[in-house]
Amino acid sequence: MLYVKNISRIITVALIALLSLIPSNASATIVEGTVNSSKELNDFITHHVKDAHSWHIWGENKTQVNADGTVDVLSSTAIHIGLPILLIDNGLVTANSDDFNELRWIEQDGDTTYYAQGKINETEYVMFHEKIYHLGSGLKLDEKGHPTNSRPLDFSLTQNVMSMLLSVVILLLLFLPAAKKYKKQGIHSAPKGRQNFLEIFVVFVRDEIARPNIGEKKYARYMPYLLTIFFFIWLNNLLGLVPFFPGASNVSGNIAFTAVLAVITYLVTQFSGNKDYWKHILLPPVPKALYIIMIPVEIIGTLTKPFALTIRLFANITAGHIVVLAFMGIIFSAKNIGWAGLSVPMGLFISVLELLVAFLQAFIFTMLSALFIGTAVEEHGHH
Amino acid sequence: MDLIIPSEGLLFWTTIVFVILLVLLRKFAWKPILGAVQTREGNIQKALDSALDAEERMTALTAQNEDLLKQAREERNVILREAKVAGESMVAEAKEAAQKDADRILVSANEQIANERMKAVVELKNQVGKLSLEIAEKILKSELDDKAKQESLVNHLVEDVNLN
Repeated sequence: MLYVKNISRIITVALIALLSLIPSNASATIVEGTVNSSKELNDFITHHVKDAHSWHIWGENKTQVNADGTVDVLSSTAIHIGLPILLIDNGLVTANSDDFNELRWIEQDGDTTYYAQGKINETEYVMFHEKIYHLGSGLKLDEKGHPTNSRPLDFSLTQNVMSMLLSVVILLLLFLPAAKKYKKQGIHSAPKGRQNFLEIFVVFVRDEIARPNIGEKKYARYMPYLLTIFFFIWLNNLLGLVPFFPGASNVSGNIAFTAVLAVITYLVTQFSGNKDYWKHILLPPVPKALYIIMIPVEIIGTLTKPFALTIRLFANITAGHIVVLAFMGIIFSAKNIGWAGLSVPMGLFISVLELLVAFLQAFIFTMLSALFIGTAVEEHGHH
Repeated sequence: MDLIIPSEGLLFWTTIVFVILLVLLRKFAWKPILGAVQTREGNIQKALDSALDAEERMTALTAQNEDLLKQAREERNVILREAKVAGESMVAEAKEAAQKDADRILVSANEQIANERMKAVVELKNQVGKLSLEIAEKILKSELDDKAKQESLVNHLVEDVNLN
């Protein structure tokens, strides 16, 4: 489904990203795709930390903005991968992100914003800030600058989905051969090389996370889940730190990603809950008259945990991406290479810090999941 | 705001991808790895335990050996002492027996000597008698022409002999 293409055709990507501000009263203005102001830097970073429907690898467009709202691409150095678009809109609609091939612009909050328009199965759609809307009688924005057009359900295989699949492939390539080695060589040989390296972390999750938080008796049941979230989050954090294709996607800093994992931890916790756990929530140790207050409080208390998990991972990873990009962006918004003297060391420093954060956040997410599960399976969890 | 509103597509795909990853890794990676690690740890524990056990047994064995040695030494001393006593008593017995033998031999030798002497005395007496007779005969032959003289002399001689 994927194909690399030198885009003369257009694109969704170039969109928000690398384009410059243009005066809206111009009838036809030529725009070099660069970050020219702090507003554009802001847009660029915001775009970067969000998901995208096609995978931008390199380069930018030189465009001409016309008074009628259309945009012509004069030349382009951009390379991107078009990704599959899957919409639920009176049935399944499939397309490619390259089908959004008409670049347009519209005024939003007094600034020019680019969007792409495309026809799929005789229906016209627009992609505005990486969201797909029905075109209808044209893109209409409300006073806050949000489109009022209706949206189809969007299940597209976006950049984040692809990046996540890549992480799955890497995890399988790492662990399946290692597991096979255990099977083949048995337990009579000392672990070597990759096997040894991976075993350190597997044992780390078991001895530092699962055992102390869940308890000796019940930890084994939750090991597969804890190991999977630990390595899945860690690898996606690390892939996000790679500054070029196929890295750089902000998967583990996407709230949908963190929310799904947090909800799974929540479900695992609730379904593991024993008599003591539910008694504590539904029959808390307070006078019966207070039940009307305490029971909702206890239930909300269980819900805040996955919420905190979601926000913590999302905010930490997204913040890391933003800070690194902001340091690099100083050079471009100030239009002075001299700023590299500050930007590069600081960017490097933050990147190294992010390596630590990548591990730390995977550890914290896994540790808290184990802790929540631990409180649910604890034998006499009253206080 | 878009940043904190999860998109339905990524929610859906993350769920699918994660569940598939969990199932695959659980079956093909975590189970064999955790199983092998646990078995190996069990083996190491067992090896350590048995080493400790062997050490304990060694210590016990050493102690036992020392006990045996001590016991053996004591037994040896007892045996030596007994042997010494036995030897001494044997020597004493032997000495006593020898003494007795010697005494007995001495007594019998004395008896024999006395007998021999007696025999010798008797013999001598006989010889002396014979000799006396012969002498007397000769004297008588030469001197006794007178019968009365002869008889008184003989009588006189015989009386003398009987005195001894």
